[in-house]
Amino acid sequence: MSDVNSVILLVVILLNFFTLGSARLVACIRAVALQGALLALLPVTVHGFSGHSLILALGAFTLKGLFIPWLLLRAIREVRIRREMEPLIGLVPTLFLGVLATVAAFLFADRLPLLLEHQEGLLVPASLATMLTGFLLLMTRRKAITQVVGYLILENGIFVFGVLLSTAMPLVVEAGVLLDLLVAVFVMGIVLNQINREFATINTERLSALKE
Amino acid sequence: MIAHLLLHLLVLLLFAPLLPGVIARTKARFAGRQGPPLLQPYYDLLRLWRKGFVLSRTTTWVFSAGPVVGLVVPLLAALLLPFGALSAPLSFEGDLILFVYLFALARFFTAAAALDTGSSFEGMGAAREVTFSCLAEPTLMFALLVLAKLSGGLSLQTLFGAHLPAAWGSGAGPALGLILVCLFVVLLVENSRIPFDDPNTHLELTMIHEVMVLDHSGPAFGMILYGAALKLMVLGSLLVRLALPWNSGFWLFDLLIYLGGLLLLAVLIGVVESVMARLRLVRVPQVLIGTSLVSVFALVLVLR
Repeated sequence: MSDVNSVILLVVILLNFFTLGSARLVACIRAVALQGALLALLPVTVHGFSGHSLILALGAFTLKGLFIPWLLLRAIREVRIRREMEPLIGLVPTLFLGVLATVAAFLFADRLPLLLEHQEGLLVPASLATMLTGFLLLMTRRKAITQVVGYLILENGIFVFGVLLSTAMPLVVEAGVLLDLLVAVFVMGIVLNQINREFATINTERLSALKE
Repeated sequence: MIAHLLLHLLVLLLFAPLLPGVIARTKARFAGRQGPPLLQPYYDLLRLWRKGFVLSRTTTWVFSAGPVVGLVVPLLAALLLPFGALSAPLSFEGDLILFVYLFALARFFTAAAALDTGSSFEGMGAAREVTFSCLAEPTLMFALLVLAKLSGGLSLQTLFGAHLPAAWGSGAGPALGLILVCLFVVLLVENSRIPFDDPNTHLELTMIHEVMVLDHSGPAFGMILYGAALKLMVLGSLLVRLALPWNSGFWLFDLLIYLGGLLLLAVLIGVVESVMARLRLVRVPQVLIGTSLVSVFALVLVLR
C-alpha cells in the first residue's frame, strides 16, 4: 500500500507545480479538483477499509473532487471572469519559489520529531509542500477566484496531514473542517458576486485602492 | 575489445536511419495516409551521397566542419553508452560529463556553421537552438545525477547497470518515473521534434533547427540527416535502458529487447507528434524550466 500512497502524493505534488505554472484558470480548477479526488483515496489506502475511512473518503471526494470545483466553474461562467491567471509575479518565478518551498518542506520534514512509521513516507513533506503551495498561490495571484483556489490547495495540504491522525481524530472534526471549507467557498462565491456587481471587476488590487 | 567497439558502432550505424522512417510511417498512419517506405531514410542518404557540393563564396572551413562534427559526435558519445544490457566499449569515471558536453560541442559547431553563412535567418535559428538547448541541459544533468546517486558510480556503464530493476521496485521508483518523463522531453527538444520544433516546417520564421541546415547540400546535408538519426538513437538509448532495464544474460535477447524498445520509442514519438500541436515559442522555455525543476525535485526525492 505504501507504493500507492507515494504515487498518489507524488501526483499531488506535481499538480501543485502545475497550478503554479499554468496560465489558465479553468485548467487550474480542474487540477485542484483532480488533486482533491486523489487525496480522497488516501484515508482508504493509508488506513485500509473501514467505515470511518470510507465515510471520510466519500465526503472528501464529493466535496473536494466534485462539488467545490463545480461551484467555482459555475462562478466563472456566471461572473464572466477572464480566463487568465494574472499573476503578481511571473509564472516561472512562482514555479521556482514553489520548487524551493517543496525542497524546504522535504528538508524540514526530515527534522521533525515524527513517529517512526511516519518518517519514511511522503505524507508529511507532501502535506507541508501542498500547504506552502497554497500560501504561494494566495499571495501571488490577483484575482479573488484564484485566491479561492489557493485556499483549496492549502486545505488539501491540511487534509493530508489529517490523514496521519485520522484513526485518532473523530469523524466530527473532519466533517467540521470540510464544512468550514464549504462555507468558506460559499462566502467567497457570494463575495465574488458582490464585488463583481459593485466594481465590475474582481481584481483584488482594485480593492486595496478603495482605502485611499 | 576492437571487435566489441566495431560491433557497437555497426549496430548504431545500421539501425539509426530506421528510426526516422518509423516516425514518418507512424505519423502517416495517423493522418490516414500510406506513408513513405520504412527504409526511405536509407534511400535519401544514398541519394544525397551521390550529389555534388554547392558552397557559398562567403563561407569558410567552419561551414563544412559543422556537418562533420555533427556526424562524429554521436558516434563518440555512443562509445560511452551501454546499448540496453550490452556494455559500453569505453567507460571511465565521470564520462557522463563528457557525454553531455559532446553534444554541446556538436551544437556549437552546427550554430557556428549556420552563423558562417552570414544569413540573418540562420543566425536567428542558431540563437533559438542555443537558447532552448541551454535550457534543456540542466534537465539532462539532473536526471543523470539522480541515476548517479542511485547507482553510486559516475560512469554511464554503472548508471545504467544491472541495479535498475531493483531501483524501480524500491522507494526510488517515483523519482525514476519523473526523470523518465524529463528525459523524454529532452529527447524531443534535442532532436527538434514537435511540440518544440517541427522537423518538416519550411517557413523560416518558425524554424529552429531546420533553418540552420538550409544552406547545406549534397553529402554535407546527408551527414546532417545521418547525424540527426544517430543522435536520436543515442539519446533514445538512455530512455530505452531506463524503461526496459532487464538483463536476459544472452546478448542476442538483450540486443532484441534494446532494438524493440527503440522501435517502440520511435512509434511513441510519432504518436506525440501526431496528437500535439507545436508550442508557441515563448512557451517553450517555460516548459523546459518546468522539466528542469521536476528533475531537481526527483533529485530531492532520492537524496532524502
